[in-house]
Amino acid sequence: MCDLNLVVQRGETLVLLGRSGAGKSTALKLINRMLEPTEGAVLVEGRATVESDPIELRRRIGYVIQEVGLFPHFTVEQNISLVPRLEHWPEERIRARVAELLQLVGLSEAEFLHRYPHQLSGGQRQRVGVARALAADPPMLLMDEPFGALDPLTRAEVQCEFQDLQRRLKKTIVIVTHHVAEALLLGSRIGVIDAGVLVGLHTPKDFMDATEPVTAAYIANLRMLEKLEGPG
Amino acid sequence: MNLLEYFARHHREILQATLEHVWLVGIAMLLAVAVGVPLGVLVARRPWLSKPILGGANIAETIPSLALFGFLLPVPWLGDRADRLAIAALALYALLPIIRNTAAGITGVDPAIRNAARGMGMTERQILLQVELPLSFSTMLAGIRVATVLTVGIATIAAAIGAGGLGEFIFRGLAMVNNQLILAGAIPAALLALIADFLLGVCERRWQPARS
Repeated sequence: MCDLNLVVQRGETLVLLGRSGAGKSTALKLINRMLEPTEGAVLVEGRATVESDPIELRRRIGYVIQEVGLFPHFTVEQNISLVPRLEHWPEERIRARVAELLQLVGLSEAEFLHRYPHQLSGGQRQRVGVARALAADPPMLLMDEPFGALDPLTRAEVQCEFQDLQRRLKKTIVIVTHHVAEALLLGSRIGVIDAGVLVGLHTPKDFMDATEPVTAAYIANLRMLEKLEGPG
Repeated sequence: MNLLEYFARHHREILQATLEHVWLVGIAMLLAVAVGVPLGVLVARRPWLSKPILGGANIAETIPSLALFGFLLPVPWLGDRADRLAIAALALYALLPIIRNTAAGITGVDPAIRNAARGMGMTERQILLQVELPLSFSTMLAGIRVATVLTVGIATIAAAIGAGGLGEFIFRGLAMVNNQLILAGAIPAALLALIADFLLGVCERRWQPARS
């Protein structure tokens, strides 16, 4: 990937939109130094990632991936408390935080605390994944196709809840997706990536008027879906 | 004199030999796990080491057991005591399935889970101890189970170098052309193998990781 010049503002939600293999996930992994740039630099909070300790950096950046990546041998409680435990929080504080987070993502503590991931539905797993990423209250959140594995209805539900979370928490968020509708719904700005190159950067409002071929293709695709839903 | 009577009359010696046998196998397995699991991790982590390590363990496996006992005899500290020598040889045989299954378990962990663990800021060590090893535990146990059953059988040959165990009866029986004596060694050995297989199988299922 090359020529990716982007500044993510504090508190904004930047969506990276593009085909599979366009380099979206690569862009995310550059931010938390799971990959290092061969040229140029990635700055997080004004500091080049290659100069920060990768472990410390990653613990201050929440990370949610498709299929969630919950640990199958950990309960919901253990999954959510992972980073706080790595950071040696006192037990009391961990317990309080887990309860708070479960409430935040709308899961009942009594019912879900001791369940294992395979005992949850896709939507519930997704919520736990978000709670886990938020556990240590990181200022920043990276989400790689976070709602990719969900059926359309659950997906819409979880997206709405997430919108609500966004408004309340005001985190800096970078989301990677290949769904236009999702990008328009969640993004404060949308970056379109094609073959490793950033071809367009728009607010959702400007997006519909964009003229680059790739973006136009996305809009055409969206219009086609709207037509299916009928006029009005 | 039928077999049951023979067992009844010699139960003390048979029990003694059985305990010796369990001891030989037990210590050998502990040793093999202590060496095999780290080697398995190494194979999973550094694929270029997989050929030499698995190859070496494979070669050990192909040496006829009687010959291996003979080969180890001149080794300074090992050759001093028969049981020491037998344990070393048995551990060497048990190594291959343990290394192979540990490596297979670790490489079998879903890459998405590894990716998530890394992305949340776990160190390589934490990923290994808290994620990869627990998730490959039942695969590792399957390897330990195969190795244990194998070792219970091979341990009968340890009697040939005077290390004791149930092989004593078998060798004596062979020399005296006495079937009862052979069976006095063979039956408890077979039972031991079955019991070990059963118990480790229970553990294996108990720690089967929940699949998401």
